[in-house]
Amino acid sequence: MSKSLGMDDRLQPHGDDFYELLMTAHEGLDFDQSAALNARLILLLANEVGDFDTLAAAIERASKS
Amino acid sequence: MHYQNREYPFQTPPELKGESPGQYPVAIVGAGPIGMAMAIDLALKGIRSVILDDNNVVSVGSRAICWAKRTLEIFDRLGIGDRMLEKGVTWKVGRLFNGEQEVYNFNLLPDDAHKMPAFVNLQQYYVEEYLADRIADFPDLIDLRWLSKVTGEEIADDGVTLHVETAEGKYDLTADYVLACDGCNSHIRQRMGLKFDGHRFEEHFLITDVDMPEAPFESDEPERWFWFKPPFHTGQSALLHKQPDNIYRIDLQLEPGADPAEEAKPEHVIPRLKQIVGDRAFEIDWVSVYSFTCAMLEKFVHGRMVFVGDSAHVVSPFGARGGNGGIQDVDNLGWKLAAVLKGEAPPDLLESYDEERRHGAVENIMNSSRATNFMTPKSKMEAVFRDAVLSLANDLPFARRLVNSGRLSVPCSLEGFALQSPRATTRGLPPGTPCPDAPLEGGWLLNELGGEFMLLTIGRRAKITAPEDVKALHFEDSPGVAAHYGDDMIYLIRPDQHIAAAFEAGTDAENLTLALTRAKGKPALETIS
Ligand SMILES: Cc1cc2nc3c(=O)[nH]c(=O)nc-3n(C[C@H](O)[C@H](O)[C@H](O)COP(=O)(O)OP(=O)(O)OC[C@H]3O[C@@H](n4cnc5c(N)ncnc54)[C@H](O)[C@@H]3O)c2cc1C
Repeated sequence: MSKSLGMDDRLQPHGDDFYELLMTAHEGLDFDQSAALNARLILLLANEVGDFDTLAAAIERASKS
Repeated sequence: MHYQNREYPFQTPPELKGESPGQYPVAIVGAGPIGMAMAIDLALKGIRSVILDDNNVVSVGSRAICWAKRTLEIFDRLGIGDRMLEKGVTWKVGRLFNGEQEVYNFNLLPDDAHKMPAFVNLQQYYVEEYLADRIADFPDLIDLRWLSKVTGEEIADDGVTLHVETAEGKYDLTADYVLACDGCNSHIRQRMGLKFDGHRFEEHFLITDVDMPEAPFESDEPERWFWFKPPFHTGQSALLHKQPDNIYRIDLQLEPGADPAEEAKPEHVIPRLKQIVGDRAFEIDWVSVYSFTCAMLEKFVHGRMVFVGDSAHVVSPFGARGGNGGIQDVDNLGWKLAAVLKGEAPPDLLESYDEERRHGAVENIMNSSRATNFMTPKSKMEAVFRDAVLSLANDLPFARRLVNSGRLSVPCSLEGFALQSPRATTRGLPPGTPCPDAPLEGGWLLNELGGEFMLLTIGRRAKITAPEDVKALHFEDSPGVAAHYGDDMIYLIRPDQHIAAAFEAGTDAENLTLALTRAKGKPALETIS
């Protein structure tokens, strides 16, 4: 299971749009509320991705910090 | 080398010599880059104007340095592009640091298909000096009046009267149209009571220009350095840019709550700069502290009073969209106002300036705000996300693209607005696109295009008779042009080098006439089949 991750930019022209939307969603929340929002978001996106190997590779890459 | 400001003299205007020069076609308030460019564009179309400025020198201190490709192309049409190119500095290597660590670097390779680079760095005072020099080429068409302050205006249905104050006395002058190019604190805007809504960023930035003979870079190539969480100071970001004459622009974002006056003192500034440039000798040329606002008017056109440049919209400088946006206003308004004054188009044509350039301002404000937000996280979670992006940006291209230290100013598309014809084909470039440059034998396409309506045809099959008063430009076997514009294509090009209509070869001459009518702001007649 050594799936390579994120080497192509799939957000492409929408990168800045997405980032702005994400920051706007966090506006006015305290840190704990923001953390909870992040958790819900990760779970939803995980289900969207679906593929288990991809998710495992993502967790591994993110853990490297 | 410290820039020596030339002082321009006051000259007694005809009004104070007891003459009555009558109503001027255009009066421009403010001889900043926008006001001066406006007068030149109008003069190129034979329109006379008076410019009034309360000062007698060009821009003082640290202001615009970065001029983008589209701006350079417009300045080239106005006649100062080559001087800017010659004097300006073009950086190719950009380095991005997070703390001590270099996250990534990139090399912007020159694009051989375009005359102008992605941008040049050139101090605003040089640009204004070149514009003032160029204005001297039009002694009969441009009357540039220094030390002449506009203190009031009376707006009527058929013109505007300005009250002007000078050392030699006061006078009034009347013009068919007045262009308010009086900058971000526009007194005209304030006196008219117009709303200027937007967003004010809390953070202060310390902006310094330093004179440093020895470059801090490893090679002779100029570079751009940007830091998130710089190791040499407590603020969230820092930027270093090279300008001509060995002047470096260094921006330091100050901590929230920092005392701007205190931070601008040499004893605070110098130690920080030393941490960036090491032991190299330098002298401070200029220090100022800014906070930034993004705001715009709800309407740019108010009858005979038209707002252009910073008076109509301001942005934070990240992404350099202030002056660059204003020059596109000039490009958009010049030909329309000239056509209205010559009676070739209805006054309503100016509404399209309002629509198209408000759209541009919205896009510029969006991009500048995003960059400023990324650089100045407002909450702990925003900072967490920013740091996460930076930590992934080392090796992941998608994260690299999310890093936002300013998105380079690019022109917006005008597709969908009233002057452009709907898409008639999926081939080539769509209507509303700013014309890309292309190499020609011994020249450049953009030096041949613009200033008036033109028919651009590419390919053997695309021959078609141009509508009356439209200059035709035809290319065959010109791969540089075909690469951008496609083969066997027919374009109607606006005087500001934007595509008004695009057709495949074989289209009816009637379609072209219709497109031209529409592009001149006249109600397009229903197609007669
Ligand atoms: C730190 C900083 C960095 C920047 N960097 C960039 C950059 O890299 N790229 C970029 O494109 N832009 C940049 N900008 C923005 C750029 O400087 C402005 O957008 C530009 O100067 C706007 O030009 P203007 O002609 O509309 O207004 P101004 O340059 O402000 O000119 C207005 C003129 O009107 C005159 N005036 C005002 N009131 C009156 C009156 N009542 N009567 C007569 N005359 C009057 C003033 O004296 C002045 O000459 C930067 C700005 C700052 C502050």
